[in-house]
Amino acid sequence: MNNLLVLIPVALFLGAVALSAFLWSLKSGQYDDLDGASERLLRDDDTMPK
Amino acid sequence: MSCCAPGTGGILLGAPSKEEILLASRSIGDARFQTFLSVTGVHCGACIVTIEKTLSGVAGVEEARVNLSTKRVSIRWDERSDPGEIFTALARIGYPASLMDLDVDQPDPVLSELIRALAISGFAAGNIMLLSVSVWAGAEAATRDLFHWVSALIAIPALVFAGRIFFRSAWSALRHGRMNMDVPISLGVSLAFGMSVYETATHGEHAYFDASATLLFFLLVGRTLDHVMREKARTAVKGLVRLSARGANVRRPDKTLAFVPVSEILPDMIMVLAAGERVPVDSIVVSGVSEIDTSLATGESLPVTVAAGHKLVAGTMNLNGALEIKATALAEESFLAEMVRMMEAAESGRTGYRRIADRASALYSPMVHLTALLTFVGWLWVGGDVHASLTIAIAVLIITCPCALGLAVPIVQVMAAQRLFSHGIMLKDGAALERLAEVDTVLFDKTGTLTLGRPTVSNLSEISDEARAIAAAIAAFSRHPVSQAIFAAAPDGNLIQLDTPPLEHPGLGLETKIGKHTYRLGRASWAVSNGDIGSAYTSLSRDGSLLAQFKTRDQVRPGAAAAVLYLKHNDKAVRILSGDAQGPVAEVARACGISDYSHQLLPGEKMSAIEAYASAGHAVLMIGDGLNDMPAFSAAHVSMATATAADIGRNAADFVLLHQSLDALPVAHQIALKSARLIRENFALAIGYNMLAVPVAVLGYVTPLVAAIAMSLSSIIVVANSMRLLEPKRAAKATGDDARAVLSSSLAR
Repeated sequence: MNNLLVLIPVALFLGAVALSAFLWSLKSGQYDDLDGASERLLRDDDTMPK
Repeated sequence: MSCCAPGTGGILLGAPSKEEILLASRSIGDARFQTFLSVTGVHCGACIVTIEKTLSGVAGVEEARVNLSTKRVSIRWDERSDPGEIFTALARIGYPASLMDLDVDQPDPVLSELIRALAISGFAAGNIMLLSVSVWAGAEAATRDLFHWVSALIAIPALVFAGRIFFRSAWSALRHGRMNMDVPISLGVSLAFGMSVYETATHGEHAYFDASATLLFFLLVGRTLDHVMREKARTAVKGLVRLSARGANVRRPDKTLAFVPVSEILPDMIMVLAAGERVPVDSIVVSGVSEIDTSLATGESLPVTVAAGHKLVAGTMNLNGALEIKATALAEESFLAEMVRMMEAAESGRTGYRRIADRASALYSPMVHLTALLTFVGWLWVGGDVHASLTIAIAVLIITCPCALGLAVPIVQVMAAQRLFSHGIMLKDGAALERLAEVDTVLFDKTGTLTLGRPTVSNLSEISDEARAIAAAIAAFSRHPVSQAIFAAAPDGNLIQLDTPPLEHPGLGLETKIGKHTYRLGRASWAVSNGDIGSAYTSLSRDGSLLAQFKTRDQVRPGAAAAVLYLKHNDKAVRILSGDAQGPVAEVARACGISDYSHQLLPGEKMSAIEAYASAGHAVLMIGDGLNDMPAFSAAHVSMATATAADIGRNAADFVLLHQSLDALPVAHQIALKSARLIRENFALAIGYNMLAVPVAVLGYVTPLVAAIAMSLSSIIVVANSMRLLEPKRAAKATGDDARAVLSSSLAR
């Protein structure tokens, strides 16, 4: 029982981290231009999107 | 760089004025503006680099970012600079751009809500399922209670956040006294949740948290797919070319010019219309000579020469000379607004088509609720235990939750849309696919639909490369359709660059000097000085003597005859409805093998012709392009626009054909038939599943484990069945031949 008390919160926490990472990526517009992103990957100049 | 073809874009002139750009821009402070441009020529990584590099070199541009998916460029620029430079720079590198309205680039709030709900319900479903597995495996009572409590904790936010999409829709349906699929969903999910909380609090053995979370997740998948598909098509067809001017340069009483938005233009105002501008409101020419492209209004592909006294229709484009015009109507009383009104009238009169899913839910929901109620009453009567009866009744609701049903239609439509898209057909609305399968009469417009709608040079072999190159260099500066045909017919290799733009003589042609020679491209009687050669063809002359003649012709669209043949073989009535004169219509009808045609129809007459078909019980497919087909689109059972169609046409039509060939028409019809069959199969599967599962549930044998397996299995089967619509990978490569393959196989039958 004791190990469950540790493992369940850990599992949920990791899941929540993944969930919030996804929501963040959605919010920061990383899904706005999927076609463009796959092409930009191949560009040599390392310009960051402003 | 091979996929980009810089320089093929066409015309080398025409940037909107700064006032017009400002009207379509958003101020972002510090005298800076953000503007969205539609650049349809972008299709690869190299295009992104070229455009972003070029634009960052333009004075005043702070940042330019290309969105490849939507083919748009977002530009931040400084107010003090000249934004027109952006357009010329883009045109110079071969990517003609057009200004977009501000509202088109707003993020889609519905989609982001759906995706967030999907993520949260997915998270909840996964984690609860994980806990449930150990409960099913036979955890001891204390552990089971703990797991149930943790599940409840995870399920609450999922239910509130992801479930409200269904609750909202169910509530609004109930409030208006209607039923939809969301009613049984909401009821099932919330009852299951409520009962599970009660069970958990009373240390019960079974809790349905996993079922409610998984249900939400599966249903949201269906809903999101449905939304994404519709939205993708909607944005793709939006804002390519604007028909209406944003405003016009109005001559004030003190003789100064001011740019006035179109909504503020009043009758009797005098406006100056430069070449390349659209007529803002219905008006009359005061002075000047020019040619007007009226193809939007009449479907006629050749421009009309106008002079003082001619009436102009809003939305038509001034091709070459500058005109002074006087407004005769307000914007809302002009031709464009009139067309929109006609469309709306036709839309409201259209016999309401109900989507298959809606028809199914109208039957399904009452049946589900009745079954659950009867189960409750039945068990109460037999056993008399309220708690046990309620548990079983709720289990019935959960097991009948239209999970597979909710996926049955959207998944087929998404697959069909994807398949259609690979053949260059854009599907606007999934329901249109259902309607296309029912069509029995096909009506074509002529110009731009059965024909390409723009002239092409037909006697290339008779003209020397040199003459073609010179003519193309001159023609590049004109918007006249014939000039564009000559420009498109330029020989490969180095283009001649003119130092100064040629002089355009409206109604006559273009004149320029290259070296010592004077070249004229235009009407034969004007270009050739030594005697009238009596030719109707566009001529190129050097110092007054004839160099070459360009014969142009509006060609029949490739695949048109084959498409008509296919339709006839499938027992569809085929007819042409054209606004053009009898001669050309008859010629095209003969070329395409259509015996039945009507000519010189006004937009309203096309519409009433379709309404006559509809009231005789026919389902009409209307295929057209111009603005004059819009009312007909709205009246037809289902409508299709060709790629050359004006913006507003693409918006009004259910399908947009992106490729030139009409081969797409048989393909679309075949796919529609196949998806109609698959949707019926999916419904049969979902109903079959219910017939198996409901008796089990009614008898009280459904545990959470059974519910989870049954629901997942039925969803997977439905999805797998829908996947059959996708063509195998091997065949997908040969998409070009596919149209003909479909055609010949259907003819062989």
